[in-house]
Amino acid sequence: MTSTPPATTAGTVDGAVSGSGSPTGARVARVVQRQGALVILVAVMLIASLAFDTFGSRGNLTGIAMQSSFLAVVSLGMTFVIMTGGIDLSVGSVFALGGVLAAWGSQYGALAALLLPLVICGLIGLVQGLLVARAGLPAFIVTLAGLLFARGLLLLISNEGSTTYKVPQGSGFLELARGELLGIKYPVWIVLVLFLIAGLVLHRTSYGSTVLAIGGQEDAADLMGLPVQRTKVVTYVLSAVLAGFGGAMIASYTASGVTILGVGMELDAIAAVVLGGTLLTGGAGTILGTLVGVLLLQVIKNVINQVGSLDSDWQAVVSGTILLVVVTVQRYLTRVERS
Amino acid sequence: MSANPPTGSPVLETVAVTKSFGGVHALSGVDFSLEPGEIHTLVGENGAGKSTLIKVLTGVYTPDAGEVRFAGEPVHFRRPSDAQDAGISTIYQEVNLVPLLSVARNIFLGREPRNRIGLIDVKRMNRDAHELLGRLGVPIDVTAELGRLGLGAQQMVALARAMSVDSRVVIMDEPTSSLERKEVDTLFGVARGLRDQGVGLVFVSHRLDELWELCDRVTILRDGERVHSGTMANLDRVSLVSHMLGRDVGEVERSGATKFGDSHAREREPVLVAEGINAQHRLHDVDLSVAPGEIVGLGGLRGSGRSETVKAIYGALHTRGGQVRVGGKRLKSNSVPDALRNGVALLSEDRKAEGIVPDLSVRDNIALAVLPRLSRGGVVSEARVDEVVATFMRRLRIKASGPHQRVGELSGGNQQKVLIARWLCTEPTVFLLDEPTRGIDVGAKAEVQALIDELAQQGLGVVLISSEIEELVEGADRIVVLHDGSVARELAGDQVTSASLLQALAGDDIEEAAS
Amino acid sequence: MSETTSPTPTPTPTSTAGGSGQESLPPRRRRVDSEWVRRNGVYVALAVLVVLNVAFTDNFVSEGTLRLQLVQVVPVVVVALGMALVIGTEGIDLSVGAVMALAAALIPLYVGYGAVAAVAMGLVAGLVSGVIAGVLVARVGVQPIVATLGLMVAGRGVANLMGGEIKSIREPGIVALGTGSVVGVPYVVLIAAAVALVTWFLVKRSTYGRQLVAIGGNVRAARLSGLPVRRVLVTTYVICGLLAALAGVLLAARSQASDPTKLGLLMELSAITAVVVGGTPLSGGQVRIVGTVAGALLMQLITATLIFHNIPDSTAQITQAVIVVGAVYVQLGRRKA
Repeated sequence: MTSTPPATTAGTVDGAVSGSGSPTGARVARVVQRQGALVILVAVMLIASLAFDTFGSRGNLTGIAMQSSFLAVVSLGMTFVIMTGGIDLSVGSVFALGGVLAAWGSQYGALAALLLPLVICGLIGLVQGLLVARAGLPAFIVTLAGLLFARGLLLLISNEGSTTYKVPQGSGFLELARGELLGIKYPVWIVLVLFLIAGLVLHRTSYGSTVLAIGGQEDAADLMGLPVQRTKVVTYVLSAVLAGFGGAMIASYTASGVTILGVGMELDAIAAVVLGGTLLTGGAGTILGTLVGVLLLQVIKNVINQVGSLDSDWQAVVSGTILLVVVTVQRYLTRVERS
Repeated sequence: MSANPPTGSPVLETVAVTKSFGGVHALSGVDFSLEPGEIHTLVGENGAGKSTLIKVLTGVYTPDAGEVRFAGEPVHFRRPSDAQDAGISTIYQEVNLVPLLSVARNIFLGREPRNRIGLIDVKRMNRDAHELLGRLGVPIDVTAELGRLGLGAQQMVALARAMSVDSRVVIMDEPTSSLERKEVDTLFGVARGLRDQGVGLVFVSHRLDELWELCDRVTILRDGERVHSGTMANLDRVSLVSHMLGRDVGEVERSGATKFGDSHAREREPVLVAEGINAQHRLHDVDLSVAPGEIVGLGGLRGSGRSETVKAIYGALHTRGGQVRVGGKRLKSNSVPDALRNGVALLSEDRKAEGIVPDLSVRDNIALAVLPRLSRGGVVSEARVDEVVATFMRRLRIKASGPHQRVGELSGGNQQKVLIARWLCTEPTVFLLDEPTRGIDVGAKAEVQALIDELAQQGLGVVLISSEIEELVEGADRIVVLHDGSVARELAGDQVTSASLLQALAGDDIEEAAS
Repeated sequence: MSETTSPTPTPTPTSTAGGSGQESLPPRRRRVDSEWVRRNGVYVALAVLVVLNVAFTDNFVSEGTLRLQLVQVVPVVVVALGMALVIGTEGIDLSVGAVMALAAALIPLYVGYGAVAAVAMGLVAGLVSGVIAGVLVARVGVQPIVATLGLMVAGRGVANLMGGEIKSIREPGIVALGTGSVVGVPYVVLIAAAVALVTWFLVKRSTYGRQLVAIGGNVRAARLSGLPVRRVLVTTYVICGLLAALAGVLLAARSQASDPTKLGLLMELSAITAVVVGGTPLSGGQVRIVGTVAGALLMQLITATLIFHNIPDSTAQITQAVIVVGAVYVQLGRRKA
């Protein structure tokens, strides 16, 4: 079926080879391209649980799930942007802005704390989307400026960064990140639901088709009469809203609007998306892959922390390196597949 | 040819439509009308305004002046989706679909069948797609990624997409250029079927035979104006061409005959020998040799591996096995610089994508391949560049406002001459010419053909690819015919005639070529 | 110094377009005014801003202010020149800020071996980063944005790991490099001027420069014409990396400190803006050196103007974001329409 990605698991790399006319090398390349992250994730987790007693503990694993949820929400928006062949470098700043807005808004009630970041960040996304889709400006320039803009706005409302807003104790807004259902924190549930919806949106709605069509062949999508501009605008709005929502989640989690969060988060998000098998050139990818990519990055960070003696700056080095290695492998696999 | 009689009320028409770009009129006051139940062809040379008119009809461009009417009512299409919503479907020359999506999804993109909760009903979509393609007689796996299909199959999917809506107008812009004869027949069958259901069709093709085979009426454009409109049956070939070119009939016949010079001596040591060239899936043990002063034609249908062969010789296509020797020296495989160093030049088929650098000047484009030779210590010698450029601009009669004009501003013919100049600067001994006269006007075409002849007389070994039978027969001393990536036949001496070339091109299936 | 690459067309481009041929011309829009704005807008904006400052900013017209502005613009100019070359190949380099930080972070570490060794180590960092970016783009075929984005984050991480906290630099040679001057002109300004001249010469006169713009204009054609595409691309990213490292060294020398977390932050944005504002299209195939220098001066003057008038950081950032988008819009907005 076209609507779902090939349901391959880590173990069936060989099994997937049969049943298609395409050459074996190409077939394997496709599977690695799409499911490689899952294989690495399982391997890293196996090794980590053997190497560190604490890794496999329930506390640590739920910690990873919880920590992943913020990046997961942000990466979900990024997945759609990248599928259209674009890029959104503003998500880190927008994420931080969302957190500060939520903490600031929480003094007016839980609803304000939730809606304020969504609306303001959505507006930033709208402007970015219009500049990219209507004015035809390069996405990376627009969103790089958006990064600057969101930081500036954040500084403006936090008195040049000197004020850290606190979420009032007992505010219902704290439930967003702290509440539990069946022993699992809300953010994890939220991520699962959002990814499920996103999967349906991508594969079972015209919007999803159009996203993939734009990334695959924008001119064709235009000539086919698909609403190219509108879809792009919606996608950038979606990305900013999700980034802002991620910020709201972390504001609820930390009970404050930390102004220095989110620096470099755009790279983590891009890395997660690419790790998950979405082509950076757009047009193809999976929602589930992004989730796997996020988990992989988070597990690696966790392992770095387990080692203990390593500086947290290593995380930046590792993220950057992973991104470069993955895109290199992706290029190589695409070449194998084509030849 | 049984057309429904025109009902007198056009389904789609333009009245005095004008469209200009930067002061240049692409269309000036064009009237065009399409009746329901007819197949209407638009004819014109490159730049006559065909594409612009089609883009006005399909909502890609909005006209500067004049009116577009659909079913008698004035309409203002602002974007392609407006035209599609009104019931105008379009099939473009280059397949405009999304290669990474499935066949079924491509067919229904933007108007997928939904289930009760508003999600795409994948089962129904696949079933409907299967049924549609079945009606076209092309059983394609609807769940396959479109990009994995051949071009012909992709064109059929585009056709299925156009048919998936109840269109009142179907516009086909060069739909046959990438199709095999069998697929063309299928397409024509579908087109006639649509006509009989009362659909109005606009058909554009550069293959003139197809016009008489399929079309009921014709509108001819020249320089953005309508110069003729009438029934196809009342028009003969020569008058059609004379309308297109705007010359009197006698003149067309004279200039229509391509004149390469007589054949050259070839009893010499070959300058180029290619042996056993293999490229995965595309070329199988191709041998080719060219003597100095010889023009070897390379013939074959689309997809037979003509362009691939010259690219492989030039090192621009990855080969596995085989060797190329130039002047007795073996070339490194897969190395363009090595081929260039040893005197091989390739004029690529795709002038825009692989030839000109549009924003650079005529001068910089000509000197591009020889910059290191015209430099000392990494610094370009401007005086030497000027000298070389002046020489070739004069020799090839390149029409430009000067060496500093942007190449993108020149006509196709002059761009082609600039590229030929670029290669002649490298002082090649072997010149590979892939469709050197495609897409250039008649005058430039004759000049280029004469030039090729002159080059051969000066001792250059030439490989000439052309899809025009006359050009090959009149221009080449010997013709190598490819079929499916291997050499199928070689015609030399008396065998170099249109009839035998046709037969060779057709391979086993002679009927196909004769049509 | 006149402008680079494609020689300036006659003032009325439409007149040449009509006669030369009717087929396959790209749709020509009203080029005259938008083209003029693209080429000369930066000079006009610069002049307007200077006039405004002369009129409204106290003490703007003084030797001290002028020298300070020139000194402060040096890093942007140097980085932007490298960026202009990369953009000329239809590429982009987001790692320049991180490379600056890395180069600066290395100075305190190697200053014990003398000023020359320390500066050399800084430049080596740029070289290495440039080679990695170049190989990823030219050999592996990774998109420039992604390759250099990875380097940006990893580079900043490495800079933090190696440099740690803010370190002051007291080595006399380096201090002299940062603060010394000849006949009133600071060394750093002279160095930037020299870099601009050399880059101009490269683009205008060298074989490499010609090949660079051809590759940016049509890479397939360049490849089929036997141009050493990979070598030119790698060279370009190496030059850009080296210049970014040089900018980092000069900035550290001037401020007599290296702060790996802050130094060069968002420099990629300033540099790209300077290049684009200066009339070099992001689509490659052209490099405008004089325009780039003017673009850097303009961006510096905008920042300075905001500081002169005590505009807080937040407002300054927002203003810059708006100016960046506005400038790019003016330069590129005509492409769609």
